[in-house]
Amino acid sequence: MALALQTFATVKDANTALKSQGSRYLGGGTLVVRAANEGDVSVSSLVRSTDPALSSIAVTDGKVRIGASVTMAAIARHPDLSSLARAARAVGGPAVRNMATVGGNLFAPAPYGDFAVALLALDATVSTDDGEAPIETFLTGRDSNRAIVTTVGFVLPPQGDFRFLKVSRVKPKGVSVLSIAAVLELAGDGTVSAARIALGCMADRPTRARAAEKALIGRRLTKDGIAPALAAAGEGTSPITDPIASAWYRAEVLPVHLGRLLLT
Amino acid sequence: MAKVPVQFTLNGSEKAEFIDSGTTLLHALRDKIGDTSPKGGCHQGTCGACSVIIDGELRLSCLTLAETCNGAAISTTSGLSEGGVLHPLQRAFLDTFATQCGFCTPGMIMAAKMLLDHTPNPSRDEVVEALSGNICRCTGYEPIIQAVLTAARSNSQNAA
Amino acid sequence: MELRKSYFADVRKDDLHEIGQPRPRSDSPGHVTGKTAFFADRNFPGTLHLKMVRSPHHHARIRSIDTSEAERHPGVVKVLTAKDVPHNVYTILILIQIGPEDETVLADGKVRWKGEPVVAVLAETERAAQEAAAKVKIDYEVLPAVFDMEEALKPGAPLVNEYHGQNYYLYDSGECRKVRFGDVEAGFASADHVLEQSYQSSPIEHAPTETTGCVVAPEGNDRFTCYTNTQAMFFTLDNASIILQMPGNKLHFVGGTVGGGFGGKVDVIVEPIAILGAKLTGRPVSFIYSREEEMQISSPRAAEKVVIKDGVMKDGRIVARKVTGYTDAGAYSRHSPYGAQKGAGHYPGPYTIPNVWIDTYCVYTNRTPSSAMRGFGVTIGDFALEVQMDKLARLIGMDPLEFRFINAYRDGDMKAHRQPTEGAALIECMQEASRAANWPVAEKFMAMSSYVKGA
Repeated sequence: MALALQTFATVKDANTALKSQGSRYLGGGTLVVRAANEGDVSVSSLVRSTDPALSSIAVTDGKVRIGASVTMAAIARHPDLSSLARAARAVGGPAVRNMATVGGNLFAPAPYGDFAVALLALDATVSTDDGEAPIETFLTGRDSNRAIVTTVGFVLPPQGDFRFLKVSRVKPKGVSVLSIAAVLELAGDGTVSAARIALGCMADRPTRARAAEKALIGRRLTKDGIAPALAAAGEGTSPITDPIASAWYRAEVLPVHLGRLLLT
Repeated sequence: MAKVPVQFTLNGSEKAEFIDSGTTLLHALRDKIGDTSPKGGCHQGTCGACSVIIDGELRLSCLTLAETCNGAAISTTSGLSEGGVLHPLQRAFLDTFATQCGFCTPGMIMAAKMLLDHTPNPSRDEVVEALSGNICRCTGYEPIIQAVLTAARSNSQNAA
Repeated sequence: MELRKSYFADVRKDDLHEIGQPRPRSDSPGHVTGKTAFFADRNFPGTLHLKMVRSPHHHARIRSIDTSEAERHPGVVKVLTAKDVPHNVYTILILIQIGPEDETVLADGKVRWKGEPVVAVLAETERAAQEAAAKVKIDYEVLPAVFDMEEALKPGAPLVNEYHGQNYYLYDSGECRKVRFGDVEAGFASADHVLEQSYQSSPIEHAPTETTGCVVAPEGNDRFTCYTNTQAMFFTLDNASIILQMPGNKLHFVGGTVGGGFGGKVDVIVEPIAILGAKLTGRPVSFIYSREEEMQISSPRAAEKVVIKDGVMKDGRIVARKVTGYTDAGAYSRHSPYGAQKGAGHYPGPYTIPNVWIDTYCVYTNRTPSSAMRGFGVTIGDFALEVQMDKLARLIGMDPLEFRFINAYRDGDMKAHRQPTEGAALIECMQEASRAANWPVAEKFMAMSSYVKGA
């Protein structure tokens, strides 16, 4: 069956169309059109919605809501989201950033999906017409998800609390060896009072570094202070092996890069 | 097979075609309309050889479905030289030996044009970043970067 | 650009008019305007798209092939298997009388690497061809496979290619290419130090931006024009002519414009089967590798293993060198026996060594067939040799650059493979590199010359 595109004004109608076999949602095209180009014949129907709500960014009282069709480029240039610009710019080159969407990034298999790593550290909420889910729950079940993601929401951390690092072999831009996002809250005495650390490429989808988070609590961001967190960084991870790097290599360099992120 | 109409402007002239639904813009431009300046290098969004400008944004035509471009204004490298006069970027690529096999060149020029349209006097780092989605496997990056910087200088001299 | 005219000043006529002068490239205006015509820029109405069904196994016997469902798939015009290929033997270097005839165009009875072409599907659209390709049913009996060269050379290893009867290419010199010069064992015995090291490399893909492919248009009169990005126009012409059993005057090849080759497009893989498709259907045919095929299917630079044993004196002279080189051809020969042979000639490096022993093996494994890539047979050897040179210099506590001056070949020196050196310029290159890198060497080395009067 030939490939065909169906366009709907509302998410509701697009969701209905998505129920038929062989259909996939078309966001920016960087995942599904790519698959079709490479000969994936399991997709015969592409569905999209032009609902303007999918393309809006709302920031009120530090609460952020980003439509699923918002591109990486739009996030990178939004004046209220400057702290996330680094993570948005980590995705692809300029052309890819004009196409790749927030919604699509949630489905990107490792080594892609650097922005979803940021969203995981931000403890985002993912919304569909079926309701809201914490991003961790959403990522775990994403393979069986059939409802169109409409928005992601999160609370913008105070300036400086959000950190992001993407490691690639090609400069200035290449596919991830790994990516790390962290939201760190510091107490008045300079010790870490709360930490959320998310890792890309250390599993088939973004994953939390829980042991490292735990090991950071009450510690200072010094070489000695972070040492237990670095030692625990790889706990519970199962890094991918691909042409960019082996699982072994990723596991070896994770503590090095986590250390650089924490000490910056 | 369902045929769908598409209509857009390509380098300023109106184009209208019936295409198979699901056809990429790259195929529509090359095989239906006959503009072969965008190249299909990877069809994965990795090489940048198919880069075109759609409504003022750099896009990959290999991952864009043609029917989503209805009403758009599309620019490609083949439309850059007017009346046989080369665009400053084309001139600079020629003068600085920034072409080798030539396959990546049209995509590079589109990415560079996008940069200079918004940033007339870019730093070297800005040029490198702007070209970061385009692969030159002949590895002629240095002359390409020099070409973009040269074109920017000649633009600002002409403007002065 | 700058020409250093101080070198060889007394032996060169200084009448260069073109060298050192920038000249515009004749192809650049086409490149910058997007007008250069690459093969895929040729467009013919009614073109059929060819997709290849490939082996999912590294080594297997084909029990049966069922193409009936694929043939009934909407849009499919023709499905080709081995029996459709008039002379199903692919021999890249036949034009220069070099065999062996060890590879098929479409697999016949057996597959020997993961990705080997088995069935070609021609359809109205790429999509229809992809869908139909998924419907071809091939029953395989999976066989043991071998991926490591040393494993492949052991007795009892799975036999990769029956044509050869063993897992190495049989040269007229025997199981390997050999170079024998002086008495290498006597050299080791007289050496102050002996160092043996082993080096190895993985296959390297050329990854050209334009993937391998061709577009074939029937011209009527049983004549076909093939627009191709081959780097080897005449190898392509004569292989297509032999495989298709068609006289060469029925085949018109148009090419020369290549979107990156680097040696990866000398294999003549796509053209014969695309022309056959055009001949049997009377329609234009396009066969273009996807990016995934380019990376997985097109032949890479061979994996190599190089074992180097050197005898060196405290004064810096290398007195003996023994090299055993292994080139991983993958499942079929292509250019690899030639690559391994080049290695044999090259391994002494640009150094004059009185006692040399070299064996180079071209080994078959169940990996993707390897072939040409920029200096194949030499590049990996150079990596190994120069790392070895640094290690030797360290071993005797000598500056690595001065160590190379001591051993550098000069005009008139006899190389191990019995070619006298002429036109050498290694010493001058090192002198210039010494200045450019601000890595000073003793004055006596800066006073040396490669040129030997009367040599």
